[in-house]
Amino acid sequence: MAGIVSVIVDGIAYGMLLFLFSIGLSVTLGLMRFINLAHGAFAMFGGYVAVTLMNGYGVPFLLLLPVAFLATGLFGAVAEKLVIRHVYPMPELQQVLFSIGLAFAAGAVANIIFGPQQQPMLLPGWLSQRISVLGLDITGYRIFLIGAGLVAAAALIALFNYTLYGARVRAAVDSRRTAEGMGINVSLLFSLTFGLGAAFAGLGGALAVGFLGLDPTFPLKYLVIVLMVVAIGGPGSIAGSFAAAIFIGVIDALFKYFVPEIGGFVIYAVLVVMMVFFPKGLAGGRTA
Amino acid sequence: MNRMKLSLGVAVSLATAALIWGGGAQAQQKKLTVGVVLPLSGTYADQGRHYEDGMKLYQKLHGNTAAGVPVEMVVRDDQGPGSGDLARRLTQELIVRNGADVILGYSFTPTAMSVATLLNEAKKPAILVNATGAAVLPRSEYFVRVSITAAQFAEPLARWALKNNIKTVYTLVADFAPGIEMEGAFKKVFEGGGGKIVGGARTPVSAMEYSPFLQRAIEAKPEAIFAFNPGGDVSVAFMKQAKERNLAKAGIKLIVSGDVVDESMLAAMGDAVDGVVSSLNYQPDLKNPANEKFLKGFHDMMGANAVPSARTVQGYDGMALIYQALEKTGGKTDADSLLAALKEAKVDSPRGPISIDPKTRDIVQNMYIRRGVQKDGKWVNATEETFENIKGTAN
Amino acid sequence: MSGVTSSIMRIGIGLPLFLVAVASYFLFPGQLGLIAHLFILAIFALSYDLLQGHAGVVSLGHAVFFGIGAYTTAILGKHGVSDPLVVLVLAFLVSGAVAGLLTRIVVVGNDLTRLLVTLGIGFLFFEAANKANWLTGGADGMPDFEVGRLLGLYSFDFMGKTAFWYTLAVLAVVYLFLLLVTSSPFGVALRGIRENVRRMHAIGAPVNRHLAVTYIMSGAIAGVAGALLAQTSRFASLDMLGFERSAEVMMMATLGGTGSIPGVVLGAATFGYLKDMLSVISPKYWHLGIGIVLMLSVFVLRSGIAGALAGLARRMERRT
Repeated sequence: MAGIVSVIVDGIAYGMLLFLFSIGLSVTLGLMRFINLAHGAFAMFGGYVAVTLMNGYGVPFLLLLPVAFLATGLFGAVAEKLVIRHVYPMPELQQVLFSIGLAFAAGAVANIIFGPQQQPMLLPGWLSQRISVLGLDITGYRIFLIGAGLVAAAALIALFNYTLYGARVRAAVDSRRTAEGMGINVSLLFSLTFGLGAAFAGLGGALAVGFLGLDPTFPLKYLVIVLMVVAIGGPGSIAGSFAAAIFIGVIDALFKYFVPEIGGFVIYAVLVVMMVFFPKGLAGGRTA
Repeated sequence: MNRMKLSLGVAVSLATAALIWGGGAQAQQKKLTVGVVLPLSGTYADQGRHYEDGMKLYQKLHGNTAAGVPVEMVVRDDQGPGSGDLARRLTQELIVRNGADVILGYSFTPTAMSVATLLNEAKKPAILVNATGAAVLPRSEYFVRVSITAAQFAEPLARWALKNNIKTVYTLVADFAPGIEMEGAFKKVFEGGGGKIVGGARTPVSAMEYSPFLQRAIEAKPEAIFAFNPGGDVSVAFMKQAKERNLAKAGIKLIVSGDVVDESMLAAMGDAVDGVVSSLNYQPDLKNPANEKFLKGFHDMMGANAVPSARTVQGYDGMALIYQALEKTGGKTDADSLLAALKEAKVDSPRGPISIDPKTRDIVQNMYIRRGVQKDGKWVNATEETFENIKGTAN
Repeated sequence: MSGVTSSIMRIGIGLPLFLVAVASYFLFPGQLGLIAHLFILAIFALSYDLLQGHAGVVSLGHAVFFGIGAYTTAILGKHGVSDPLVVLVLAFLVSGAVAGLLTRIVVVGNDLTRLLVTLGIGFLFFEAANKANWLTGGADGMPDFEVGRLLGLYSFDFMGKTAFWYTLAVLAVVYLFLLLVTSSPFGVALRGIRENVRRMHAIGAPVNRHLAVTYIMSGAIAGVAGALLAQTSRFASLDMLGFERSAEVMMMATLGGTGSIPGVVLGAATFGYLKDMLSVISPKYWHLGIGIVLMLSVFVLRSGIAGALAGLARRMERRT
């Protein structure tokens, strides 16, 4: 019994990481109708920022996280202003072509700067310990991940539903022209939102290094599973992505435990079934 | 009509441009061209780079000529396993376009398998710097393996386990040919010595989530878990998650094939390697003149903090084999002379004395049992025991 | 002007391409393997563009059919069926049949949904093939199966001469076939579906049936491409079914100019050639080159290569 629960907890933790990775993609897809297959590159950026700071400059772990968050957010916002916004008006196929090219280029640049090997990231002692929760032994790090995911989800839902910024974003999505007509600076809004999505991906990347490792193939490696989270959750919906990510993490873990022979198979079957029966995702096309 | 003119114009321009690119006259002077096929991009780029570093290092330390013949490398990227059709085409191009006399490379078994018939047709020797599967060498008379085999990994570990009173083992191997071979080799020796395999599972080759598998393994209550996965990020994830599960507390020893805890990846694993026992064909702490020369050259080339991988040594030795073969043939570069010389190779390698068994064309080498310990604040593998002259393939 | 006549006129652009292809045999005798590979990519891209460019259906799982063609070849070869043309036809039929089974799932939903369903199906097939290693060799692939002599006369030689002419011939046949299909009333209906699906339903066109037929044809031709790769390289592996290959074929079609038959051929050839050339220049960092080319292409070649050439043609016409 304890075994199953610990497997589920691990699955939830993995799901939280997926959630952090996919927020940005969900937001840009749902709000700006921009297919950014290079989104994983932001997670990778955050990971490398964290690794460089920790190994090169001895920055303590907790400080790495906000720095990775802000640095990646800034990078994302700048990229959006300089390059990405010119791709918005292009047809979807061109967007796909562009963003895959960007993913390739980002990985190659990481390879040139850091080399193809795994990056070391040694978690502080207090995080690597096994903690006893309700009689179960769980690694502190997994609990930390779950906590981080919950905080992020709550913050984002609050942001999009209860703040003026959130209201403006939702207005711009519903009708860009009307929003602009009301004096909302839509292009600034998009820059900020894109940057926010990138920032969360960067945070996820920094958190993932200690758990999943980091190397230049990161953007393409996690692309598919992030696409799946966004699809199943419904593009543009934070709550949907959250539910989808946890769902995928837990299902994957459970099936690998109970029926290891079909392990990896299951999430793809889930994707197909969900897409056939819930084509707009769990959120059904509503935002946030 | 203008469309036709345009298309013709484009076609001619394309053809001309391609001609300028493609052409390429071969240099006429005598030299030995080594065609190198390695995964240099993608997930396994790290491994490919180690082999290449080893090859380049050998040339740096021993000069670019052997027996008066210049030795030149032409490197192509096969992008990793699963692209056997690409590796086959690259091999053909190296032989036809670049005039390769010998091929060096093939990190993965399927890649090597796919070129077997090609080598037979082209009649060129190929030295495998990895490709550990048992089925590879019989496919072509032109294969020589300088690396290691599943049996060489597993047997010493099984013998060590028996010697150290481990009676029950749970196996956890990656689900492809090398993993399955390792499972089989380990089982044969371990059960042959009276041990019992209490269970096992096969993990997907690129899995990053091992906790369900580890959980199952722990529940089977073995005295040790024997594990193998293909290296790189996958192995780092495995080791970290094994550490999380705190096997030591459950009284379970972790014994793994050496490439899971290859020296070059230890930095990323941290204390996950504490007390983990593994078997590998190379150890940086080996004391022999070849290793000293190798390490010094390696640190000059890659920096004082760089850590050599067993793969670096495999690439290094592959080049050593070529040089030695040239010396033996007196500079003759035709395939038959080279192959004959390669089959009798004996080299003092950084990993100890190695030789090629002429009957099986496979490597014979020492295997080292190591344990993860902390030394000077860093985690390293320390040699515990040496098993000498283990054959790659029994004959 | 009848469909056949207009097809013959449209071949006009294909003819110089064909002549260049034939010329390359004499110009680059050392690279026949690469060129044959480019022909195979072109066939695969053409099969995909029938879906994307002509029917407006985007799929991220098209490599499934490519892989099925390759594995059919390998499995038949292992069991003694090795005549290349027989195997080619069988691969065509098997891939087409599998496409037939999947049409239901693919003709519904909107673009994003369909993208993800095809993605999911692609992975399901990949994992299934991975697990069924008794049949497919799993992660190790199938490296050794019989490939007989073409027409009983020509074995697949080391220099790749047989492979060259064989793949070029199949490419020419596929090219002509697609010209015929797209200029036929069926092709016109597809264009209608691509441009305005609701209208097509409203005028009573059997939209779903057309889409299903298109999907089956597209899958069958992709299977032919896969079979050709397996035959010319004596290897079938999981990556032939994989996501990277599906993503690549979409990129090739888009790069070439989706909807344009000669454009797609040029797109596939360019992409395949660039990959090879860049990886010779820099075996470690060529991904950067490809990434930059792809990113620039959406700015410089807004409608793909075909669009750029058509633009040039228009400008030349204006001058005369």
